[in-house]
Amino acid sequence: MSLRRWKTRSGAARSIEQPLASLGDSFVTAPAAPAPTPASTGEQSRVPGAKTRRNAELALLLFAMVLVAVYAATVEANQLDTITTTFWVPAAILTTLFLGLHLVVRFRAPYADPILIPAVALINGLGVAFLRRLDIAKALSAKQPEPGVFAGTGGRQLAWTLASLILAAALLLVIKDHKIVSRYAYTLGLAGIILVMIPAMLPSSLSEVNGAKLWIKFGSFSIQPGEFAKIALVSFFAYYLVRKREVLSMASRRVLGIDFPRGRDLGPVITVWLLSLLVLVFEKDLGTALLYFGLFVVTLYVATERASWLIIGLVMFFGGVYLAYLLGSWVGGPFANFYDRASIWLDPFAPQYVTNEGFQLVQSLLGLGTGGLFGTGPGAGSPGFVPEVRTDFIFAGMGEEIGLFGLSSLLVVYLLIVERGLRAAIAVRDSFGKLVAGGLAFTLGLQIFVIVGGITGLIPLTGQTTPFMSAGGSSLMANWLLVGMLLRISDAARRPAEGGPAAQPAGIKQPPAQLHGAMTEVIRP
Amino acid sequence: MPEFVLTVARFGFLVLLWIFVFTVVGVIRRDLFAGLRPKSIVATPRGVGGAVNQGRPAAKAKRGKAARQLVVTAGQLAGTRITLGENQITIGRAEDSTLVITDDYASARHARLVPRDGQWFVEDLGSTNGTYLDRGKVSGPTPVPLGVPIRIGRTSLELRP
Repeated sequence: MSLRRWKTRSGAARSIEQPLASLGDSFVTAPAAPAPTPASTGEQSRVPGAKTRRNAELALLLFAMVLVAVYAATVEANQLDTITTTFWVPAAILTTLFLGLHLVVRFRAPYADPILIPAVALINGLGVAFLRRLDIAKALSAKQPEPGVFAGTGGRQLAWTLASLILAAALLLVIKDHKIVSRYAYTLGLAGIILVMIPAMLPSSLSEVNGAKLWIKFGSFSIQPGEFAKIALVSFFAYYLVRKREVLSMASRRVLGIDFPRGRDLGPVITVWLLSLLVLVFEKDLGTALLYFGLFVVTLYVATERASWLIIGLVMFFGGVYLAYLLGSWVGGPFANFYDRASIWLDPFAPQYVTNEGFQLVQSLLGLGTGGLFGTGPGAGSPGFVPEVRTDFIFAGMGEEIGLFGLSSLLVVYLLIVERGLRAAIAVRDSFGKLVAGGLAFTLGLQIFVIVGGITGLIPLTGQTTPFMSAGGSSLMANWLLVGMLLRISDAARRPAEGGPAAQPAGIKQPPAQLHGAMTEVIRP
Repeated sequence: MPEFVLTVARFGFLVLLWIFVFTVVGVIRRDLFAGLRPKSIVATPRGVGGAVNQGRPAAKAKRGKAARQLVVTAGQLAGTRITLGENQITIGRAEDSTLVITDDYASARHARLVPRDGQWFVEDLGSTNGTYLDRGKVSGPTPVPLGVPIRIGRTSLELRP
C-alpha cells in the first residue's frame, strides 16, 4: 500500500482520496474476516508494551526453585550435620511440576502476568521444604533414618502440589475467556453457599477440628469446602454487582459529606452480613466470617467507587464481633468459643489460658521471639514446640528459623502476588473481570492478614490456612485455582486489543444478556 | 559441618530471598515502563490537532510514529487506554466489542478501527447516529491521524503514539 511512503505531514491530506478508492472495497466486503490470533510470537516485537515476558517468568521460576534447594541444603546441614546427595530431589520435582504449568501458560495464556507463578512457586516450594524439615526432625527424634522424598507431610504436600497444578492448568485450558464464568454465576453462588453451609449442618463428629466446624471428614481424609466456596462466591458477587452497580452507586443520601446508599439498597449487604455472622456462630470461625464479609464489602466498594460501603462494612463487622464477644461472656453457648479466643488475644499469658487454650499462641509468640531479626537458620530452630505448626502456625515455625528478615521477605512476596492480582483487575477491560480479579486478590490478601495477624497476636487468632504454605490439600488446590483464574484474567488484560466478534472463540458468540450496558472500564490515566 | 558454613548458609539464604524479591520488583518495573517513550507522555495539544484538521478529515500519516494506544478522552469511559495490536478494534454497545461503550447515542456495533500497513482506519458500521472524525462524518474507511478525535455520541477517542 502506498500509504507508508507519505512523508509529508499536513500536506498529505490533499491526496487522500486516491488510495482510499482502492482500499474501500476490501474494507466493506470483508467485515468478519477472522483476525490473526495474537498468540503468534512474531507479533510481540512489533507491539511494544505488550510483551509476553514468559522468559522472565521462566528465569524467576528457576531462581525460586534454586532458593528452595538452598533452603533444603541448609536444613540438612543444620539437622543432619551433613548434606545428603539427595537434598535437591524435592526441589527438582517441584521444578518439573512448575515448568509444566509454565508451559501451559506459555501456550494457553501467553500474556499472563509473569510474576504470579514464580512468586507463588517460591512460597509453595518453601512450604514443602519446611514440612519436609519437620518430617526429618520427627524421624531424628524417633531415631529413624531420614524419611523418603514422598514420605510424611512433606511428601503429601508434594502430591497435593501436583494435584493443585493439574487443577490450575485444567482451569487455564478449559476457561479460555474469564467472561464465560459469568454465565454460571448463579450456579456458582448457590454452590458457594452450600459449600459454606455443609460443615455447619453436619454433626460435629464429622466436621469439627479443634473447635472450628469447617471440615468434612471422611475417615482419615478431610476437606475444607469453605476454601473452594471463596472462588465461587467471588464470581457470584462480581456478577451480581455488575448488574446492580448502577442502582447501588446512583441513589444515595448525603450525610456528613459521604454518600450513603438508600435503606432498601442495603438488602444484599445485610444478607451477606447475616450469613457471615451465622458462619461465625455455627462454624465458630471468625476468620472465615471476616473473609466472606470483607470480600463482599470490598467487591461492593470496587463496583461502586463509594467509600461509604467500606465504612458501613467496617462498622457492621466490628459491631457484630463486639456483640458476639459480649454475648459470649454473658450467654456463652455458641458464642463461648469466640469469647475465649478474644480473651486469649487480649492476654495470651494470662494464667488460666497459658497452659491450655492459649498455649499455641504463646508458643507461636515465643518461637517468633526466639527467631529475632535473622532467625536461628533453617533447620536449627525448634518449631516442634508450636502446636499445629504444619497448618495454622507454619508461619510462626518458619519465622523462628528465618527471622524477621526472612518473614518480611515472604510477606513482600505475598504482597506482590496480591498487587499483581489488583493490577490485572485495573488493566482488564470488562467489569466482571475487574471485580473477579479484585475480589480474588483481596481475598488472598485478607486471608494472609487474618492468619499472620492471628499468630503474631495482632488480631484474635482464628484457624485460617496460610495460602500456598500450610499443609493441606483443600487450601492449596483452592488457592492454585485462584491463581489460575488470576492468570487467565491477567492474560486478557495484558493481551493487545484483539478484533471484535471474529477473533473471539465460537463458544461465547452469545454473551450473557445481563452484562449489557455495563461500564467496560474506567482507568484513570 | 563447620560453624562458618552454617552461618554463611543462614545469612546467604536470607540475602537470596531478598534478591529474589528485588528481581521480581525489577521485572514489574520493566513491565510498567515498557513501551513508554519520553515523547508519548506529552499528549497532543488539543488545539493543534483541531487547527490542522479544520473542516476536513485530515490524514497526516507520520512515518515512524505509529499509533500504539487508543485513548478515550471524553465520555463515560474517559481515561480508558487500549494497547493497539495487529487486530481490529470494534466499538459499540455490544458486549463482545473490544471497547464496550454505554453511550445513549451509540449503536450496538457502531464503528471499528482497522490497521492497514501501520495506518489505522476508522469505519462506520451503519450506526444510527454516525461516527465523526474531528468534524467530518465518516462515510467510508478513513485514515485516522494521531491525536485527532473520533466522536461517537458523547464519547471521544484518539490514537496516541
